[in-house]
Amino acid sequence: MTDALMPLSPARGGAAIDLSQAAVIFGRGAKATRALQPTTLRINDGEFVALVGPSGCGKSTILKLVSGLIAPSGGVVVVGGREPSAKAARIGMAFQNPTMLPWLTVEQNVMLPLKIVRPFRSEYRAKRKTEFRDRAHALLDQVGLKGFAAKYPWQLSGGMLQRANLCRALIHEPRLLLLDEPFGALDQFTREELWGVLQDLWLLHRPTVLLVTHDLKEAGYLASRICVMSARPGRILDDSPVEFPRPRTVAMTFEPDFVALNQRLRARIVEARGGSEELAR
Amino acid sequence: MTDFAAVRRKLWAVVLIVGFFALWEVLCLALGVSDLVLPRPSQVFATLFERLPILWPHILQTLMTTMIGFVGGVVIGVAIGALIGVSKVAYDTAYPLLIGFSSIPKVAVVPIFVLWFGSGTVPAVLTSLIICFFPIVVNVATGLATTEPELEDVLKALGASKFDILWNVGLPRVMPFFFAALKVSITYAFVGTVLAETVASNRGVGNVMMSASSNFDVPLVFAGLFILAALGVALYVAFSLIERRVTGWATRRDDFAAA
Repeated sequence: MTDALMPLSPARGGAAIDLSQAAVIFGRGAKATRALQPTTLRINDGEFVALVGPSGCGKSTILKLVSGLIAPSGGVVVVGGREPSAKAARIGMAFQNPTMLPWLTVEQNVMLPLKIVRPFRSEYRAKRKTEFRDRAHALLDQVGLKGFAAKYPWQLSGGMLQRANLCRALIHEPRLLLLDEPFGALDQFTREELWGVLQDLWLLHRPTVLLVTHDLKEAGYLASRICVMSARPGRILDDSPVEFPRPRTVAMTFEPDFVALNQRLRARIVEARGGSEELAR
Repeated sequence: MTDFAAVRRKLWAVVLIVGFFALWEVLCLALGVSDLVLPRPSQVFATLFERLPILWPHILQTLMTTMIGFVGGVVIGVAIGALIGVSKVAYDTAYPLLIGFSSIPKVAVVPIFVLWFGSGTVPAVLTSLIICFFPIVVNVATGLATTEPELEDVLKALGASKFDILWNVGLPRVMPFFFAALKVSITYAFVGTVLAETVASNRGVGNVMMSASSNFDVPLVFAGLFILAALGVALYVAFSLIERRVTGWATRRDDFAAA
């Protein structure tokens, strides 16, 4: 661990994210589609919450609400004690597509948020070669990318790019980390490796995390709480804590308790898809 | 590719280009083609060197006119391209206008410029400007439209303004498109200048060619063509060299990564 990356200030208590009866409707009139049913969800500071559910159920819609990229059509969204407006929030985001900029080195890519976010942006010119770079290197070390800082993105594998993507999401020490299926495009072994990486990062920096995923095993491994959503228009069907001790291991995912949780959630999702089809058997 | 193979490839290119002129020379001699119809390359080069002192001011005139028109075209092209790439309203308004405008034969607008500004340098600059800015607009707008929406979301969630996104993501991403457009545009710019010079100017390589052809001085006409071709190639090469330095990432060049 390095001094360049101080853990975030301890939880101030209270909710990091508070959705009350928040609903989203896309379009208007006859063409309007309801993407999210009025949903109430409270996430405390420092929690790691996974959102699982069938595809198109509105998981990503919740992420966009929380990040302030879209406004609710009804209800209230409060993030960090205020309405999410992109101007004020310190949010880190990572998607399935790592979207590294090909003309920048890995280290420059990781530092990109520092060029944008206040108060770092005004210091960027002065500190990009010193403090900020040290910080980027410290993060890259933590995800196992030591020695790759000066490489260009095309010289890295998909798993390595996704590690760099996590670094970019954390470089400005966000209080809130929003992850939209970050490991969805990776092979099984790389994915399991990155669960470990993400868990370590979370234990170290303790941001509030909202993770959208299809993968129940991933949710069980990483989250301290799992919310199951119904098919579109989405709503939250099930909200269960995950009590397994940390740091968790892939071996744990084969233990009876873990498998039981997995199966119970799976049943809820099959139910949510409105099916008792062969998947349920 | 090994160094040896690269050198051999370059060598072949040189041999073939020289061979092209040699073939031209030999065919003209063998078939007894009159230099009033098609002068031999040796005649053209001889004329070129003989008349260089007289041609030189015209070459400078054409080069200067083209560069002013080209720089103006690039500035306006980038500005309009960025506007179209960023704003949907600008896209809907400007695209039909631009396409209509670029479909107009430029030879038809030269008399209008002459009417407005008199004959001389100004119509030539304007003609080269309007002929070369369109490829830049299209390429810059296309480049901006290819920004990944996820990345835009990541940056917006950080509080990035539209300008931040344009500056940090949009414009660098546009660079390969921009240079592709520059290389097309610089050759167009020469076409525009010469077009205006032949119609309405008493200076420039286009004007020299015009008066030479009315005197049946065909070798001089061809000397003018050679000059224009050489200028075009020289500027094309210059932009290619800059391009390699600036957008090496787009072709994933190893020497770019090592730099």
